[in-house]
Amino acid sequence: MADAVALDKVELKLGTKEFRFDCRLPAGAVTAVTGPSGSGKSTLLNLVAGFETPDQGRILIAGEDVTEKHPSERPVSLIFQDNNLFAHLDLATNIGLGISPSLKLSGRDSTAISQALERVGLGGFERRMPGTLSGGERQRAAFARALVRRKPVLLMDEPFAALDPGLRLSMANLLADLHRETGNTVLVVTHDPDEVGRLADHAVFIDHGHVLLQAPTEEFLTRRDIPPLAEFLSG
Amino acid sequence: MLTQTERRRGIGWGLLSLAGVTLFVGIAVAALLSWDAGNTQSRLFTAYTWQILRFTLLQAALSTLLSVVFALPVALALARRPSFPGRIWIIRLMALPMGLPVLIGALGLIGIWGRQGVMNSLLLKLGLEQPVSIYGLSGILLAHVFFNLPLAARLLLAALERLPAEYWLLSSSLGMKPFSVFRFIEWPAARRVIPGITGLIFMLCATSFTLVLVLGGGPAATTLEVAIYQSLRFDFDPPRAIALSLLQIGITALVLIAISLFPAPDDAGITAGRAMRRFDGRTVPARLWDTFAILLATAFLILPLASIVAAGARANLWSLVTSAAFLRAAWTSFAIALSAGLLAVLTSLAIIAAREAVTDMKQPGGTARAFSLSLGAMSSLVLLVPPVVLGTGWFLMLRPFGDVARFAPALVAIINMLMALPFVMRVLAPAVETHRKRTGRLAASLGVSGFSRVWRIDFPVLAKPLFTALSFAMALSLGDLGAVALFGSSDLITLPWLVYSRLSSYRTNDADGLALILGIICLGLTMIGTSGQREAKRG
Ligand SMILES: Nc1ncnc2c1ncn2[C@@H]1O[C@H](COP(=O)(O)OP(=O)(O)OP(=O)(O)O)[C@@H](O)[C@H]1O
Ligand SMILES: [Mg+2]
Repeated sequence: MADAVALDKVELKLGTKEFRFDCRLPAGAVTAVTGPSGSGKSTLLNLVAGFETPDQGRILIAGEDVTEKHPSERPVSLIFQDNNLFAHLDLATNIGLGISPSLKLSGRDSTAISQALERVGLGGFERRMPGTLSGGERQRAAFARALVRRKPVLLMDEPFAALDPGLRLSMANLLADLHRETGNTVLVVTHDPDEVGRLADHAVFIDHGHVLLQAPTEEFLTRRDIPPLAEFLSG
Repeated sequence: MLTQTERRRGIGWGLLSLAGVTLFVGIAVAALLSWDAGNTQSRLFTAYTWQILRFTLLQAALSTLLSVVFALPVALALARRPSFPGRIWIIRLMALPMGLPVLIGALGLIGIWGRQGVMNSLLLKLGLEQPVSIYGLSGILLAHVFFNLPLAARLLLAALERLPAEYWLLSSSLGMKPFSVFRFIEWPAARRVIPGITGLIFMLCATSFTLVLVLGGGPAATTLEVAIYQSLRFDFDPPRAIALSLLQIGITALVLIAISLFPAPDDAGITAGRAMRRFDGRTVPARLWDTFAILLATAFLILPLASIVAAGARANLWSLVTSAAFLRAAWTSFAIALSAGLLAVLTSLAIIAAREAVTDMKQPGGTARAFSLSLGAMSSLVLLVPPVVLGTGWFLMLRPFGDVARFAPALVAIINMLMALPFVMRVLAPAVETHRKRTGRLAASLGVSGFSRVWRIDFPVLAKPLFTALSFAMALSLGDLGAVALFGSSDLITLPWLVYSRLSSYRTNDADGLALILGIICLGLTMIGTSGQREAKRG
């Protein structure tokens, strides 16, 4: 499998925190990014998305060096824990912005938007405002936008953390379905060992700004020789 | 959660303050209405009042338009440049005009834009024939923009900074260009607060007194408030003053109703701590444009302030400060400001206590609810009936009883108190409410009540907001020329009145020196006030 995302000896200093990431994440797979709070999970995603620029090292996406590229030029889609939708724009507009940032949409695009909404279970919600949706529905709409963007890499920072456990399960299933269809590379930050098992093919464990372990999920979930990881898995 | 006594006491105080304020305003309005009523009606819509009315609305509309239109690019630029050098100081600079006595600001503006000012000498050197005139409409607009552009910019900036940080990450990840960011993110956020900001600034400009008094001139550039003042003070034509007062009340009532339809803007969002990260506007033209907008606005604000300092420093400050005239005026101003401030704080506390008592009732009846509502409306009464109108009413009321000058200090203090009331309420009401939420149940369960509760539980926590409110109110009163203008005489000279009379008698050197001193005092008080407020918010 080719590497979809590679952090090549990336070093970064934020305030007093130092980060050093050196890892290669497989293409077409779902990789869970885990670690204690403040360990640097969001920072890793920010580096890939282009919101942080490394002091040293390179970042590659699908073999291309994107280290110096502006976030808009990187082939990624993003889903945060919250505020993924512009609250004053309806769902169709929010999703349309994923296709064209100046909202120049063709008839085909409108169809694609409706289909994407249908796909995430929000058929007919084109004119709804984000404020009228539940938290889970808002995250589904964010999925729909990622769908129409057709970017090879999807970055998600605790996308289900604000949802209750039952909902998390169904969202995980939706994510798995979508991933099977699109076959893109997914990086998902999560605090929940169960979610790692449910979602991911691979997992990365970060502690104090370093990657301590990168392994296939089955192995990851059974390792007990790394104390912080053992604590994470038991906790 | 209140004891029976506490509830009764709260309602009692509330009734007392409600009665007091309503009587004070009511008597003024009644005096206006009853004074030779037959004559007033025919004076209501003369060619003269029409002209004044038109000019009042025209200058207010233009001032508002210019302030908001110029504030928008400044706010956008500041929001887009979270790490602009000295940004926090520029934002603080924008808060200065609010705390600066209007008269002082006017002097600074004359120093820069006046006939002998820096700007006109510069324009003349550049070969421009027609220098900018600081007097008349252009001067009034300039001054209103000086005071209100920073206010609008701060409120707009707060609205932009309240947007979730994810919006900026998303927009850059989606590849939105500056125009798309404006269209889909910035403008919708600004549009939500612009009606409120517009209403607020229109209100301030439509009732602006001091600036128009100093910079306006003749019937061609006079607003209702100044015309009322001139009718009483120079022409002694009470029917005309009354007619104009009624027009003024009508206008402010309309504006207040319009404002109440929109959400009130607030600048709670502006905090230095929150690190906004923006990834748009990285191009050279965007950088240049933002830098241009920020620096131009900064220069526009800082030059008049610098001029106050420079001109003031040229005066012989020491002999001014030790002069008998200054000491007397300072003492008068201080006494009035302290009484006004204390009164405002006490009245606010009474209002708050009474509303609390009503909320605390299990089933407040219709009367109780109406009482609570009128208590809330009371603090805004002065917005409806502006100081000059109040003064006019009382002036007419008291004339039969002898020399109005005898009552003048008390009247000025009460009018200042009413002017400060809305601000004091805005500081105290939320502070008391949070404090009650935190301690109410606990205090009730421990049985701490009455004096012991006030002393041990309330005062330590509320001392800071009380102090904040008091210093705000005192700064407002110290810098106010509007209330004192009607009553100022050789017996009643406050600091602003002293500055104004020195200015009118062309002793500009003295005026500049006094202006600097007064400016420093008022800004000092406001700063004490805001620093306290910030802590209160954090705590
Ligand atoms: N701009 C910055 N300046 C200084 N320190 C920063 C900055 N951004 C992040 N940090 C610090 O870097 C560390 C890693 O932050 P990061 O957000 O990546 O953690 P995280 O693993 O996502 O934590 P969480 O699980 O709580 O979201 C934290 O200690 C944080 O305080
Ligand atoms: Mg994080």
